[in-house]
Amino acid sequence: MDWILLLEQTLNGLQFGLMLFLLAAGLTLVFGIMDMINLAHGSLYMVGAYLAATLLAYTGSFTVAVLGALAGTALFGALLEVSLLRTLYQRDHLTQVLATFALILIINEGTRIIWGSQALLLNAPDALSGPVELFPGLTYPAYRLLIIGVGLAVAVALYLLVAHTRVGMLVRAGASNREMALTMGVNVKRLFTAVFATGAALSALAGAMLGPLLAVQVGMGESILILAFVVIVIGGIGSIRGALVGALLVGFVDTLGRTLLPMSLRSVLPPMVASNLGPALASILIYVLMAAVLFWRPQGLFPARG
Amino acid sequence: MRTTTRLAAFLTAACLAGAVQAADPVKVGFLSTLSGPSAAIGLDIRDAFELAVKLNGGKLGGLPAQVIVADDQMNPDVAKQLIERLLKRDRVDIVTGIVFTNVMLAVAPAVFESKTFLVSANSTPAAYSGEGCSPWFFSTSWQNDGVHEAGGKFMQDSGYKSVVLVAPNYPAGKDALTGFKRFYKGTVIDEIYTKLGQLDYAAELAQIRAARPDAMYVFLPGGMGVNFVKQYVASGLNKTIPLVGPGFSADEDLIKAVGEPMVGMYNTSHWAHDLDNAANKRFVTEFQKAYGRLPTLYASQGYDAAQLIDAAIRDVKGKIEDKDALRKALRAANFKSVRGDFKLNVNGVPIQSYYLRRVVKEPSGRITNKLQATVLSAHPDAYVGACKLK
Amino acid sequence: MTALHHSLLPRVALPALALLAAFPLVMQAIDQPFYIVLATRILIFALAASSLNLLIGFGGMVSFGHAAFFGTGAYTVGILMVHGVESAWIAWPAAVLMSALAALLIGAISLHTRGVYFIMITLAFAQMIYYVFVSLKAYGGDDGLTLAGRSQIGFGVDLASDVVFYYVVLAIVATLLVLLGRLVNARFGRALQAIRENETRAQAIGFPAYRYKLACFVLGGAMAGLAGVLIVNQNELASPNLLHWMQSGMLMIMVILGGVGFLYGGALGALVLLLLEETLSEYTIHWQLGVGLVLLAVVLFAPNGLLSLARRRTAGG
Repeated sequence: MDWILLLEQTLNGLQFGLMLFLLAAGLTLVFGIMDMINLAHGSLYMVGAYLAATLLAYTGSFTVAVLGALAGTALFGALLEVSLLRTLYQRDHLTQVLATFALILIINEGTRIIWGSQALLLNAPDALSGPVELFPGLTYPAYRLLIIGVGLAVAVALYLLVAHTRVGMLVRAGASNREMALTMGVNVKRLFTAVFATGAALSALAGAMLGPLLAVQVGMGESILILAFVVIVIGGIGSIRGALVGALLVGFVDTLGRTLLPMSLRSVLPPMVASNLGPALASILIYVLMAAVLFWRPQGLFPARG
Repeated sequence: MRTTTRLAAFLTAACLAGAVQAADPVKVGFLSTLSGPSAAIGLDIRDAFELAVKLNGGKLGGLPAQVIVADDQMNPDVAKQLIERLLKRDRVDIVTGIVFTNVMLAVAPAVFESKTFLVSANSTPAAYSGEGCSPWFFSTSWQNDGVHEAGGKFMQDSGYKSVVLVAPNYPAGKDALTGFKRFYKGTVIDEIYTKLGQLDYAAELAQIRAARPDAMYVFLPGGMGVNFVKQYVASGLNKTIPLVGPGFSADEDLIKAVGEPMVGMYNTSHWAHDLDNAANKRFVTEFQKAYGRLPTLYASQGYDAAQLIDAAIRDVKGKIEDKDALRKALRAANFKSVRGDFKLNVNGVPIQSYYLRRVVKEPSGRITNKLQATVLSAHPDAYVGACKLK
Repeated sequence: MTALHHSLLPRVALPALALLAAFPLVMQAIDQPFYIVLATRILIFALAASSLNLLIGFGGMVSFGHAAFFGTGAYTVGILMVHGVESAWIAWPAAVLMSALAALLIGAISLHTRGVYFIMITLAFAQMIYYVFVSLKAYGGDDGLTLAGRSQIGFGVDLASDVVFYYVVLAIVATLLVLLGRLVNARFGRALQAIRENETRAQAIGFPAYRYKLACFVLGGAMAGLAGVLIVNQNELASPNLLHWMQSGMLMIMVILGGVGFLYGGALGALVLLLLEETLSEYTIHWQLGVGLVLLAVVLFAPNGLLSLARRRTAGG
């Protein structure tokens, strides 16, 4: 077993998982507290990436671009919440699916109208576009290390926010028992808007950070959205801790599965079969994981609802 | 989605003038990938095609041209619906464009069945070059294996003893690596097939690093290539394992995305913007003037597609209903291609030369490809032998 | 909420059927054959959406993995054809059977969960099926499986003709909608709706909820499989997109748009959505924006679907 390969893949899994966490955190809070299925969550991720790419092109500073993307998307999210999404909280899930799906179409097309159909260029800052030698034998892209750093920092910050502040307490109360929280006089409207805007900002951060690795294009949200849903189901709806654990699980299983499975299959099965089976199994792995978790713990790993 | 270029003014003037016979426009269905990460390819081909038509006064072969543009979104399903619309509702005379092979395989049967000519400006799969060749199929690009055969020869000649190959897991990807191995006789340590449309290559790059080849050959068109090269540079692998690719993996769009780290990369192509012939010089100048950027090799194919159609229609004096005559005219390819010598084989696929290019930084600071040498001369494709057409 | 009896609305349905029957002849007369192809597509999706409506609207089961059955039906026909089986009489029933089987397996497991977890687990299973088919390079993989031609029916019925194919599809879809109407008005359908309204109570009365729901799930899956058979014949292409979760989402949108729990909800939703797509895309590249706005309007003004508007206008509700 090539240790370098294993280590590198572990780091990749960590990186992927932390980005998934950023997306899942917002999604799980919105679902948990406002009981709303928001299919357009991936669109916020996309908007974040687009804003970052545009700001980078204008200012040349990656930091400004990312911060600007955060602020812009948070504002966009808040506006959406106040104008449209607020009316959906009372509705049934199917109506929410319809409305947020419509939002996906509108936001996607709107993005295409403003920025065109081609993918935008978003490059990592020059200082970070090269490799870093972690130890002799393993060089790892500096930018991915940055992502890991940012992801961990956000995770810590969120934990502190939720567990040690008053706002966090309100959020947890709302997630575990909304009606009770309402009765106790929590200013629901403002809390909801704040939660939504924060979720939007987190998605934007993921979008802006992943932009240089992936492609900033219309539709980029949909492909990652489904993974975010898988994460929150595994983690438990409404729980940030669950989102983190779920995201890391998914990140590791997916990344390691993609390399290790085809490799190990190839050593025991004839190459034709292995080359068919390997990628299939690797892709299915997270869904099998989710099904397994749901069997063992139907409410997810850390259900917020008491 | 369609953009119709209607030249009503021209037609009215022509009718009024009376001197020119009131000609029916020739309808061209342009089906290409215009959105998504690889949209740049389709957009380039479209821009070049429309430029050629414009330079021709809005005509193809003397007939006013109506170009109906449709976006297949790199999705065979969507393409199927669009081709039905183009063939049955818009009743196009010629279908062109077609970037990706998965789209090509989905729509070509319908085009052939409706007895419509298909002038591919990119995808030229083995499926339609050999046994499955069709009298309705023409290509102004290169048989899918072509540039990869040149790549294989170049790497063989350069003395790389072991390589790792990367391609997406779809027909053109497999064609590519087959073509490469036809001319490369060293050791292929690994053939890595990635998912079509995949954007994060961390896993594959780790694998390549672990395999320790002398060099690697990578076929990843469009957005996939952009990401791979960016991540290849980011991982530091560019310092230890040289990357050789087909021309479009090192073309203008990639250079714009990746920039200086790409300097030194070799690539093989059937066209270079510094090829020395009159048609090419005009094309490159006009393209830059119209769009403010250098054309990619895809654009050159789109331009030639328009020229081929133009020459053929002119040869049959506008009588495009006579399909047999039009076919003969298309086969004759009586025009000056931007790549210099251009001949079509019996299967409708070009016989052409393949060149070696290298990404260099010019004294002016501009980073672009420079023609280095000819790798394969007047090279027919590998499948024409199995084609039963004469 | 919804009425207990779901009329097939013969006063509206019969004239509609007559119009549909005359449609190809009219299109041929004005030399617009393309619209026959479009109409066929709408009919096929009407069937697919109606099969999902059976699950969501009548069974109360929000399945986000319905595309799995749609695609399985399509791929079964495709794979059989690769191996030389072209006869519709073998391939079509086989495809419906495969879809039913898939629905049985997926339903048997998923129906042990509730609410959003049910949604997610049906989605998960659909994704698994998607990835399995995509990985089968022998059967097209990512690019899909091209069919050599449409299925063979024999008796002089040549499906290669768009008009003939249209009539076959119309016959099948009309028959199935009638059957659907009979089903929901029969004991089975009423029991199902009772279970949907209040499962504990229905169970207490003596209806084995799980079994009824599973039966409903399998029937819906089989119907979707039949729709898949038709779509693969129309396109002559079995594409992995048929299995993708976006396809499941599309079908769900059609059902919600038309009216969940209304007999013709799926059909109407399919008609409106596909027509909207077709007409808008003629005017602008950005037709998806138009579709999104229309859907939002429906959410705001006709929250229970378009058919709920009709109900509001007629007495009571």
